[in-house]
Amino acid sequence: MSYRHNIQLTSDKKLKHFLSIEGLPRAVLVKILDTAETFASVGEQAVKKVPILRGKTIVNLFFENSTRTRTTFELAAKRLSADVLNLNISVSATSKGESLLDTLSNLEAMQSDMFVVRHAQSGAAHFIAQNSPAHISVINAGDGCHAHPTQAMLDMFTIRKHFEDFYQLKVAIVGDILHSRVARSQIHALTTLGANEVRVIAPKTLIPADIESLGVHVYHDMKEGLHDVDVIIILRLQKERMSGAFLPSMQEYFQAYGLTEEKLSFAKNNAIVMHPGPINRGVEIASSIADGERSVILEQVTNGIAVRMAIMSMAMGSYSANPGVSS
Amino acid sequence: MKIKITNGRVLNPAKNFDKQTDIYISDGLVVGIGREPDKFKADTEIDATDKYVFPGIVDLCARPREPGYEYKATIASETSAAASAGITTICCPPDSNPIIDNPTVVEMIGHRAVQANKARVVPIGALTQQLFGEKISEMMALKNAGVVGVGNALKPVKNTLVMRRAMEYAASCDMTVFIFAEDPWLKDDGCANEGAVSTRMGLAGIPEIAETIAVARDLALVAQTGVRAHFCRISSAKAERMIARAQYDGLPVTADVSAHQLHLTDMDIGEFDALYHVHPPLRGMRDKMGLRKGLKLRSINAVCSDHQPHEFDAKVGPFSDTEPGISSLETLLPLVMRLVESGDLSLTEAIASITFEPARILGLPLGKIEENSIADICIYDPTYIWQLNDETMKSEGKNSPFKGWEFEGKVTHTILEGQLVYSM
Repeated sequence: MSYRHNIQLTSDKKLKHFLSIEGLPRAVLVKILDTAETFASVGEQAVKKVPILRGKTIVNLFFENSTRTRTTFELAAKRLSADVLNLNISVSATSKGESLLDTLSNLEAMQSDMFVVRHAQSGAAHFIAQNSPAHISVINAGDGCHAHPTQAMLDMFTIRKHFEDFYQLKVAIVGDILHSRVARSQIHALTTLGANEVRVIAPKTLIPADIESLGVHVYHDMKEGLHDVDVIIILRLQKERMSGAFLPSMQEYFQAYGLTEEKLSFAKNNAIVMHPGPINRGVEIASSIADGERSVILEQVTNGIAVRMAIMSMAMGSYSANPGVSS
Repeated sequence: MKIKITNGRVLNPAKNFDKQTDIYISDGLVVGIGREPDKFKADTEIDATDKYVFPGIVDLCARPREPGYEYKATIASETSAAASAGITTICCPPDSNPIIDNPTVVEMIGHRAVQANKARVVPIGALTQQLFGEKISEMMALKNAGVVGVGNALKPVKNTLVMRRAMEYAASCDMTVFIFAEDPWLKDDGCANEGAVSTRMGLAGIPEIAETIAVARDLALVAQTGVRAHFCRISSAKAERMIARAQYDGLPVTADVSAHQLHLTDMDIGEFDALYHVHPPLRGMRDKMGLRKGLKLRSINAVCSDHQPHEFDAKVGPFSDTEPGISSLETLLPLVMRLVESGDLSLTEAIASITFEPARILGLPLGKIEENSIADICIYDPTYIWQLNDETMKSEGKNSPFKGWEFEGKVTHTILEGQLVYSM
């Protein structure tokens, strides 16, 4: 009923939790990108560590399986000198009937400082942030179909490496928009950072209702949709979408929406190709493009560490007396 | 017991009666209005100066959670909450545990309600055995046991042939079929209105067509079978238009809406607030306004609470993991009265929508204040200001998104069949 305040920010507008791009001011997003820039060099040093979060405990709370995302979060935390605890809850507590709230109380009792959360239900990270004590920061590592904000920020970081600013950019996101938390976060990030145009391209079965209200243009045809774009983001197509009457077959999907040399030629000459991984070669993207010179897919993975370091240190800095690197 | 209610503003929407007068009650009946019967000697006299006196409220849908879910609430706790909110009759759907598909359960519910003696509980019987949607229930036996109609609660009857036969059989028994219209395939695993809000939040959507397609199918079957049908908890403006059209064409159909659908939209979900998780889902502003208009035009005949009390844990978790429903007995009258404040309804229309009209849908001689009518009466102070919160809520379930709302007007006395069952 009432207009709720944004729980992601402290009263002085500093990052407390990182749950969703939506509702965060542009200045915060730019600061994340700038801070990540200072961390990018850490990975190139002989000793890949900075002491910013020494003595802090970060818990990777993964209710949904993920190796890649969890690993980059772990690496980011370790490079910040934090202690890291990995909990794969999908096979432990909840299968024994323990409620989410009980799991949280137990973890609080272990005196942790930050939860990095991945969960299959939309809104799970918000729920955990709302039900954790004040000293704990929550980072959303993907909740249902809602948001994957760290992925979106590493994508923005990667885009900014290749283009001067966002204002001229036309970006196309291709694939299963309906089920994609990555796409939703990317759309919010791009519109907040001022991208010229954001397009989504997919058959109607994979476009959620009223997506235009997020400020995007909808295309069902790759030739029209990719025309003149600077950035192409290909989404991963989950195999289970083949069984639910969303799509007839992988072959047909690849023919219509898979990124090939021919379709890439509709975009600008210097367009870059992105993918949040892991790639289904020959389903949403041809191998020659995934490994080609326009692909920045591996850069995204590398950048993911620096961006997550930036977000973690900023979120922790907002609470502790020592504002850390973000000041 | 003889009661005299003096000097109240008596409202009887059934006869468009609105006058300051006295009421005399004896042996469970209203025995005089404005004129004292011979040799009447009141045991209790209630001064209703500056108060409204209207029929006890008839709630078309409330789940007392008994039998089967006593950890959420009981018939005793919820009828007591109902009495404090001016509700004298609650109609419960058949999806208790055990399901109301045989006379024993009907008798057991009636027995518990009589024991509690706070409000009348009238059950709707199952339309199909175990609500599976496959075999029709023993409707004659259920009718003899006292159910006020048959329905399949929130469970779909997917097979159109079964639905046709169930309607034909109900028509033969002269029973009303209560229909919650929702296409199960289009609903899928949705938990919020399909639209900009569900898209933004990444919640699986329930599209408006899940409702309109089911309404269209069942209206066609009503036309075919001639059964009397009541559409429960309409949530979209389009479904309201379809029902209005069917009524215009002469089909024997009525409809109700839950009070929260007239006040909330999917925007209110905010940041995944599970208190707003309801089924059917909260829809858009156009739907909310369309439903209000339908109520004014009487294509929607009644407002119900759709009361679903929950234990604390049921609402703790990520939105789609929580159980849908609002504990809403105590906001039914206040939310309907707000529609008078906002100019959507006249006072008489508002009261009719929760008394006379629902009683008519149930085929019960309730919801009116006339000589020799059953003395179910509610006395209401229109100036009393109060706030809904955990302390003021009497229901076992505290799951209400209206907590924190201030309301003007409160029930001060409730009389059930001539007995004072609540006084503030």
